[in-house]
Amino acid sequence: MMWSELDTWIVITGALTAMACAVPGVFLLLNKQSMLGDAISHAVLPGLAIGFLVSGTRDTFPMLLGAALAGVFTGVVSGMIERRGRVEAGASLGVVFCSLFALGLILIRLAADHVDLDPGCVLYGSLELAVIDSASVPRIAWQSGAILVLNLILAGFFFKELQLAAFDPRFAKASGIPAGWLQQGLTVITALTTVVAFESVGSILVIAMLIVPGATAMLLSRSVAGVLLWSLAVALCSAVIGHLSAISIGPVFLSLLTGHGNLGSLSSAGMMAVCAGLIFFTIFALAHLAQRLFSRVKEHSVTPQA
Amino acid sequence: MTSLPLEIRSLNVAYHRKMVLWDADLKIRSGRTTAIVGPNGAGKSTLLKAALGLIPSASGEILFYGEPLKKVRSRVAYVPQRESVDWDFPVSARDVVAMGLYKKIGWCLPVRSRHRRMADEALADVGLAEFAGRQISQLSGGQQQRVFLARALAQKAELHLMDEPFASVDAATEQAILALLKRLKDQGGTVVCVHHDLDTVAEYFDDVILLNMRVVAQGPASEVLTPENLRKTYGARLTLLDEAVVDLSRPGAPREP
Amino acid sequence: MDSFWRVLLLQDHNTRVVLAGACLFGAAAGLAGTFLLLRKRSLLGDTLGHATLPGITFAFLMAESFGFSPRSFPWLALGATISGVTGMGAVLMIRKLSRLKDDAALAIVLSVFFGAGIAMLSAIQQLPGGQAAGLERLIYGNPASMTASDAWFVLAASLIVAVVCGCLLKEFTLLCFDEAYAITAGWPVRSLDALLMGLVVLVTIVGLQTVGILLVVALLVIPPAAARFWSDELRTVSLFAAAVGGISAVVGVLSSALLPGLPTGALIVLSAALFFGISFLLGKKRGLLMRYFVEREAARRLQREHVLRAIFECAEGADPVVSIDALLAKRPWKKSQLASEVGLLADEGLLTTDPGGSSVQLNGRGDIEARRLVRNHRLWEIYLLTHADVAPSRVDRDADLIEHVLDPRLVQELEDILDDKARERLVPSNPEKVQP
Repeated sequence: MMWSELDTWIVITGALTAMACAVPGVFLLLNKQSMLGDAISHAVLPGLAIGFLVSGTRDTFPMLLGAALAGVFTGVVSGMIERRGRVEAGASLGVVFCSLFALGLILIRLAADHVDLDPGCVLYGSLELAVIDSASVPRIAWQSGAILVLNLILAGFFFKELQLAAFDPRFAKASGIPAGWLQQGLTVITALTTVVAFESVGSILVIAMLIVPGATAMLLSRSVAGVLLWSLAVALCSAVIGHLSAISIGPVFLSLLTGHGNLGSLSSAGMMAVCAGLIFFTIFALAHLAQRLFSRVKEHSVTPQA
Repeated sequence: MTSLPLEIRSLNVAYHRKMVLWDADLKIRSGRTTAIVGPNGAGKSTLLKAALGLIPSASGEILFYGEPLKKVRSRVAYVPQRESVDWDFPVSARDVVAMGLYKKIGWCLPVRSRHRRMADEALADVGLAEFAGRQISQLSGGQQQRVFLARALAQKAELHLMDEPFASVDAATEQAILALLKRLKDQGGTVVCVHHDLDTVAEYFDDVILLNMRVVAQGPASEVLTPENLRKTYGARLTLLDEAVVDLSRPGAPREP
Repeated sequence: MDSFWRVLLLQDHNTRVVLAGACLFGAAAGLAGTFLLLRKRSLLGDTLGHATLPGITFAFLMAESFGFSPRSFPWLALGATISGVTGMGAVLMIRKLSRLKDDAALAIVLSVFFGAGIAMLSAIQQLPGGQAAGLERLIYGNPASMTASDAWFVLAASLIVAVVCGCLLKEFTLLCFDEAYAITAGWPVRSLDALLMGLVVLVTIVGLQTVGILLVVALLVIPPAAARFWSDELRTVSLFAAAVGGISAVVGVLSSALLPGLPTGALIVLSAALFFGISFLLGKKRGLLMRYFVEREAARRLQREHVLRAIFECAEGADPVVSIDALLAKRPWKKSQLASEVGLLADEGLLTTDPGGSSVQLNGRGDIEARRLVRNHRLWEIYLLTHADVAPSRVDRDADLIEHVLDPRLVQELEDILDDKARERLVPSNPEKVQP
């Protein structure tokens, strides 16, 4: 295993992106909107394509704008279908993001002559290539850092409002907190984070990092602040361990299983998602064991009562 | 002695870590109507659900007609709370009632016109004959409750377990349910209802089970509904005024005109 | 132009195979998706689709060790099935054993499984010979790569879905509508659920070639959601969904044949989306336009009732000729609004206006209609007063006749109260006159 400066940047970028995602992810989770992350990461595709088509460049700004609009569009339209058409929430979300994703695939193909955008790249990202940059700090690294800082500031600023809006949106509304606008804001932030992250790690890692750290943290803590902190820790760990295993034990393990000799290093983004999943399932199993043990002890202490 | 319709011995139920039922013991007598009464969160609905195996119980024995539920399922009908289902579902009142016949119709066989007729009869019995074809979201709350009752009726079971059938229904539905309870009883059936209204319990039911995590008392309504038992069930929440209400609602007690 | 007709007339054997396969898949997905939708698990299809990727890539890598061709569809489908089922099991386990909600379980499994798939895909891409291209078609879908044997596979799978859904229509209905009741009635709910999910897995596997991993959920969700706008009856909904699925697939395949270069899977999904849009707007039962008309009709009826009641009440015990000004004072309505309503009522033949248009008078028919409305309104008011506890859920002023909603005995009771009240009043301007 060879460790180079690139590996350091991959880990740093991955960790920053993962933590940037974990922050809005916790609130999505509390709002029971986990699949919105998935939906947005699919739905931004036409936004990106249109951004490219209009501006003709791969500049960040039109891309961000197009994606943010697509994200808001997803939230608003699926909400409308749910309310006006009385279609179940999950299904209306599914209808919207599938249609948008299909539209995006077609637009990209249509725009193929003008811009170089590969849907595969949007999905899986390529952390390994993105960090190759002439600057001393790769653009992608400071972008992820910036979005992390932005998300942390916003979460800190609106912490109690977001908490209340997630717990009891009606009460929040009645007491003058614009739960609806907070919701839209969360959608926009999720879309922005998705776009910044997709270039480096691809939309799949975005979905994983939005939800898996938060879900793991939910098993570990019962306060929202605690969940937020734990989720940052889990995101950091999955990024570090993910890249390490992608270049070391991952390929070895896979070679042994499949009988292919000398496989090269695996996709870091993919392995980061896998590691987040492994951390989740480990803690899930431990928590479940602990709970069982606890309830057995309790049962013993209760039953003798007549 | 023939076995009781339902007998529960030391049933314990816990949600996650919280105990909901503690060593509940109860016997339901055949051919009578029984109300399960208790404060909010006392585990009334839980008791029914655990008895029917809808939620796991930590320990305890549950016997229907002296056997585990599996062997006598067709003799037991369940009427869930109205809120438990999605009323936007694309079925008509008749379709819902016909669900009570599905077991009789058997696997894979379609619902035939003869079954639809049976469903219509059950609907007529609860006074909804003219609503048979309506999509269920277009019925009022009380009518939806009656559709559920008609489904249990169509099942032709002997023991009916009903979860809050009287919750927020109108007078017409209340009368229809009462008439139905009486009919079921006259046909030799047994009815168990979770009930929330102390004022009417003595009037509507033969037997009462007072429940607050444990069974406080059970037996004929007139014997069970004593101020002392009620205090044990409802604790300090039962004020003197409520006791007066209880006295009045006991059969034979003087009632206001 | 030539190619257009070749496609449309199905002159190519290959086009026919592809078209038949895609159409059957669309129909099967619509059918199975209907129950998935009613079970409120639409997005499970999404998770399932993504969760097949690690199985496919792993099978691809394993193929050599077992002496299969890495591109053999049945072998890859086996891998997809195993990992799809594993993913579904993981969702159920998380939901059952932790405090996490459904949506979280779906998102976790989707992203982690897909991440694992991507990690393995990156290994495949490094293999010599650029074999990964064979997998692209399963990710984005490419029905054109379908061979005759694949089409037979699709046919068999669709038949299984159709037969099982047809046979178990009532069992699945019960499962989706009221699971608790189904358990107490002795139905093996778990097995039924497993069977239904098995059908969904089958559809997903079949769909890999047509629309691909990423969009297979689209055909499970969009056609049933569209169909629901047209009917309140489950059988019709499911058949309609199957039809929408099949037709979208055909439209998608044909249009991709005409517009070469565009991804077929995406075109199929967009055609389905088009159907959804049309249904959302025009659906016969729940479409927006339909609801708009119903609501407008209700508003119009209310307005008509207001005018008739106002005229009647002004005329009650006084001059039957009522001035427009008196009516204007009665309610906060605009003069133009009132005038147009009066015009409509005059057209209906319920009232006569004086030549100047400054006053109106109910004629015989109008009087009867107004009486009926006033009586109903007053009965409802009394009902609200006497049955305050349950009334709000039942009061339906829009219903033309109170008897349609309330028990006849109850209506009789209310009428007695109305009569009593009428007698109590001193001024003769009371409902006593209402009694014919």
